[in-house]
Amino acid sequence: MERLIEEIPNFFTIWNVIFLAKAMGVTFLLTAIGCIVGFSVGGLLAIFRKTKTIFLLPIRILIVIYTEIFRRIPFLVSLLLFFYVFQIIKISDDLFLIATITVCVIATAYIGEIIRSGIESINQTQWDAATAMNFTYYQTLKEIIFPQAWKVILPPAFGFFIMFIKDTALASQIGVMELTFAAKVLNNKGFSPLLSFGTILILYFILSFPLDRFGKYMEKKLASNRN
Amino acid sequence: MPQIEIKSANAFYDKLHVLKNIELSVDRGEIVSLIGPSGSGKSSLLKMLVGLLIPKSGDVYLNKTLVNFNNQSDLRVIREQIAIVFQQYNLFQNMNVLKNVSIAPTKIQKRNPKEVNDQALFLLEKVGLKDKLESYPDELSGGQQQRVAIARALCLNPEILLLDEITSALDPELVKEVLDSIRLLAAEGMTMLIVSHEMSFVREVSSRVVFMDDGSIIEVNNPKNIFESPKEKRTLDFVGKILKDK
Repeated sequence: MERLIEEIPNFFTIWNVIFLAKAMGVTFLLTAIGCIVGFSVGGLLAIFRKTKTIFLLPIRILIVIYTEIFRRIPFLVSLLLFFYVFQIIKISDDLFLIATITVCVIATAYIGEIIRSGIESINQTQWDAATAMNFTYYQTLKEIIFPQAWKVILPPAFGFFIMFIKDTALASQIGVMELTFAAKVLNNKGFSPLLSFGTILILYFILSFPLDRFGKYMEKKLASNRN
Repeated sequence: MPQIEIKSANAFYDKLHVLKNIELSVDRGEIVSLIGPSGSGKSSLLKMLVGLLIPKSGDVYLNKTLVNFNNQSDLRVIREQIAIVFQQYNLFQNMNVLKNVSIAPTKIQKRNPKEVNDQALFLLEKVGLKDKLESYPDELSGGQQQRVAIARALCLNPEILLLDEITSALDPELVKEVLDSIRLLAAEGMTMLIVSHEMSFVREVSSRVVFMDDGSIIEVNNPKNIFESPKEKRTLDFVGKILKDK
């Protein structure tokens, strides 16, 4: 304990603080980009998947294949897969870019599935009533289905976002300088593991707590079923 | 002049043959009731007329025009003229009563919101729900929800109204109110197709009664004959059983 207290002034130097802040920024960006892209593209996939038109059938099949594959492969495996594929075909060796793309691909598959099950949770009778009154597919989604589906979609979606903040730690495995990697670096430099990993634990909490509050807020705002 | 003409229509739910060679024509202003055991295809027939069930073969004419069920613009036309009230009301759970009634006329039919609002208020008063405008469907009783659904269908200004077992969820004292509204609509010249298990109601309001069984129309007759001297034995069995149970 005494050693720990002695270490603190050396640990929180300007250099280390900037280093950690940058790493936190990387974790934040990976999560934010993943969630935003995942939510929008995943939402689109879910909307396409529920269509019935015959000429969209190939797209629906591709969506199912995509979703089922990336929900089944462990995150780390996908990450390594993209890492090596990028190296082989020499598109880019930017580690952050590779991690971001992987994160988006995974998040899209997961959130797409969460949104799809939200849409499915709404009784067919709501569709029938809307269709019989000449609502188009998109009008039905906008006016009737999504307003009711949010309360089914939002809790697991935000649960996923928060889990995702922690999952980005795996990007350290390919060398992306995010929080977990930063802690390892500091630990290797001789700082005690307790201090290094204890600090990023607090930083992870600082990232996830507001997101959790935001989720609760959105649930209240969108999912009240009264609009 | 027949307003609706159905010629040898067949329809399926997956492999289940729910409508078999249906032949029926309904004149303007007629009230035609469909009776028959559960699963006989009565509701399916109504669903077909608003394009929620697409016939596999046969023709449907609306005002002498052949309906192409695979053409979206044809479907839009029939849905503009035909409104349906569902057995389970199917009110939009995320909207209050007034919004439920007024959304389609304003958003879909693009009518003047002020005019729609006035009509919605008028209709909701007519069905006795003027004090429930701000309520949500889950705050209403089944009977109240069904009356909102009727107002919602009428606010679309349809030429033809389809009623799918609308009295089955109503309290006995409310059945009369609904009956009165329906009689009034009949007097206004509204064409109606009614699926009902309420035989006294059917007998009272119908111009003709259609008896269906196992997806087919067995008999079409006037209400007096169908209940007192049906032509078909199956009709007699059904009517006899229903009236005995009462």
